[in-house]
Amino acid sequence: MASLMKNITLPIVKNNPITLQILGICSALAVTTSLSTALTMSIALTVVLCLSSAIISSIRNHIPSVIRLIVQITIIASLVIVIDEFIQAFVYETSKQLSIFVGLIVTNCLVLGRAEAFAMRNPVLPSILDGLGNGLGYSLILVVVGSVRELLGAGTLLGFVIFVPMSEGGWFEPLGLMLLAPSAFFIIGFLIWGIRSYWTDQIEVAKFKLKIRRARQ
Amino acid sequence: MSELLMVAIFQENLALSFFLGICTFLAVSERFETAVGLGLAVIAVQTITVPANNLIYNGLLLEGAWAWIGLPEMDLTFLKLVAFIGLIAAIVQILEMTLDRFLPALYRALGIFLPLITVNCAILGGSLFMVERQLTFPESVVYGFGSGAGWALAIVTFAAIRERLKYSDMPAGLRGLGSAFLITGLMSLAFSAFAGAGS
Amino acid sequence: MLNPSRIWLRFLARPNDDRIKIFGVATIVALVCSIVVSTSSIILRPIQQAQFEVERQNRIAAMLDTLPGMREIMEEAGVDGLETRIVNLQTGDFAVQIDPEKYDQKSAANDPELSMAIPADADVAGLRRRALYAPVHLLQRDNELLLIVLPISGVGYQSTIRAMLALEADLRTIAALTIIEQAETAGLGANVEDPDWLALWAGKQVSDETGKISISVTRGSAAGPYEVDGISGATRTGNGVANMLRYWLGDHGFGPFLERMSEGS
Repeated sequence: MASLMKNITLPIVKNNPITLQILGICSALAVTTSLSTALTMSIALTVVLCLSSAIISSIRNHIPSVIRLIVQITIIASLVIVIDEFIQAFVYETSKQLSIFVGLIVTNCLVLGRAEAFAMRNPVLPSILDGLGNGLGYSLILVVVGSVRELLGAGTLLGFVIFVPMSEGGWFEPLGLMLLAPSAFFIIGFLIWGIRSYWTDQIEVAKFKLKIRRARQ
Repeated sequence: MSELLMVAIFQENLALSFFLGICTFLAVSERFETAVGLGLAVIAVQTITVPANNLIYNGLLLEGAWAWIGLPEMDLTFLKLVAFIGLIAAIVQILEMTLDRFLPALYRALGIFLPLITVNCAILGGSLFMVERQLTFPESVVYGFGSGAGWALAIVTFAAIRERLKYSDMPAGLRGLGSAFLITGLMSLAFSAFAGAGS
Repeated sequence: MLNPSRIWLRFLARPNDDRIKIFGVATIVALVCSIVVSTSSIILRPIQQAQFEVERQNRIAAMLDTLPGMREIMEEAGVDGLETRIVNLQTGDFAVQIDPEKYDQKSAANDPELSMAIPADADVAGLRRRALYAPVHLLQRDNELLLIVLPISGVGYQSTIRAMLALEADLRTIAALTIIEQAETAGLGANVEDPDWLALWAGKQVSDETGKISISVTRGSAAGPYEVDGISGATRTGNGVANMLRYWLGDHGFGPFLERMSEGS
């Protein structure tokens, strides 16, 4: 039981897909301009991850290795299309911005990466939990980046005005940089710094040590 | 043509303007030599696949492509994604086998990075942009080479910066991946200065 | 007797590099995936349509809000919405026999009784078929036409774009253009929905004095009242939007109707 729980908790910070495994980054840039799109994308990806891990894990012993990649991609793509249809039917306003990014999940290396690395080698229940854990880790980063970008870029959060912008008589000057993609890079970079200051075992070993030389008299 | 080349390399850089292929970009850029190897491989694959996909799209998928067989109305463009991915996988496989046979030293130097290219979204993205902009066959050769060269330029420059940073005194938490993100953000801001140049 | 479950178990027991197994697994996966995708698509279609309708009404309302003074005029005239009427596209007359509330132009376009095939040389918007009747939305005050909103559609780069074109009373100047539906490339063609780009259309003329339709989307900067700046990297989508306007404002689209309106009132 404890090891099963580890599948969920480990990827949230200690083995986070974005900040440690370097998977699923492209979408983290495009969908985090506002918190609501970040949230919808996170939920969609987590659902896809869990389901695809479950399906692939259940047939893992019968997938011939020569067609392994194609079978995985087909299953993932079909799942994504079905989920996209559901989003369009029940959450229409968010689907307008998201439909195109939901398609990005097909090429998202996170889904394929976890299918290859975990679901192909493990039974169904651990695979589902692993998918859930990685989805939660991914969602955490996306929500943080999305919140910062929306708050500093527009002064709103989920559409609710938090900082009153100058254009409406307030004090807040929106940061235009936050609406550009590079800002997501900066935010994630600082996030990694923060995470590694606490969870120090993630720090990469310095390959060269600087040596202070005293000047000779 | 030369303008298309310049635009593909600088103003619409696949890695720094559109952020395609970022996972590989961040993961493989710690050593300069490996980045150069991957960059060359991407240029090769891109220069072959974009024109090849152009031929497939215009010759097989577009409406009217099957007119010679008596089916002028057949429009198979919805198969575009599948066809492109299939072609890219096949070309990477063929390139692997060719290199192994004729240039074994280069094949060994590239190692694992050649098959890694199949799942690089920059390659697929290049072909999709080619369709979006309705490029002709000669134009797609130029665009394939240009977009591959742009991605290669980005990763090689990035690796060079990271190599130098190895000798710097950086906060422990930022070392490695953290600094990689910050540098990529700065490089992308720098490249956005090219927008509007020329025209 | 061949026992199906035994055949299945024997198939599963084959080694993974066996040719029959490879072929079999590939076929089964492809089959199951296609069935699941098509089933969900068909079942969810009606719910999506309903959502789409609500969204469309909201878009029209939002478009009216962007037109300066439109809300005040509507309040003055005592109307809270546009009047929808069905038009016979060929003759340009109002088709009074069709109920505007129930008419679905999209499905009519595929119904052979209610639609016609567009000849290839006239089909600049790539639609292939079009319905015989179309809804138009009028804003009138004291029998004076103020605004007319036309639903239009056309093929862009990778999807069909649906839009609403609002024309001013002279039936030549664009009041506003709003995109209802599109599935173009994210970050490129999808920018046709960007309000700043759509705002460029307001005030442009669709046709010159002789009546020839001249509206176009340029590659680069626009010059003159008949041109709109193109979006960089989205040439095909931009051309799709221009062709969409050209088709529906031409003789095959709302042309006859607009002529009648300009003569009549």
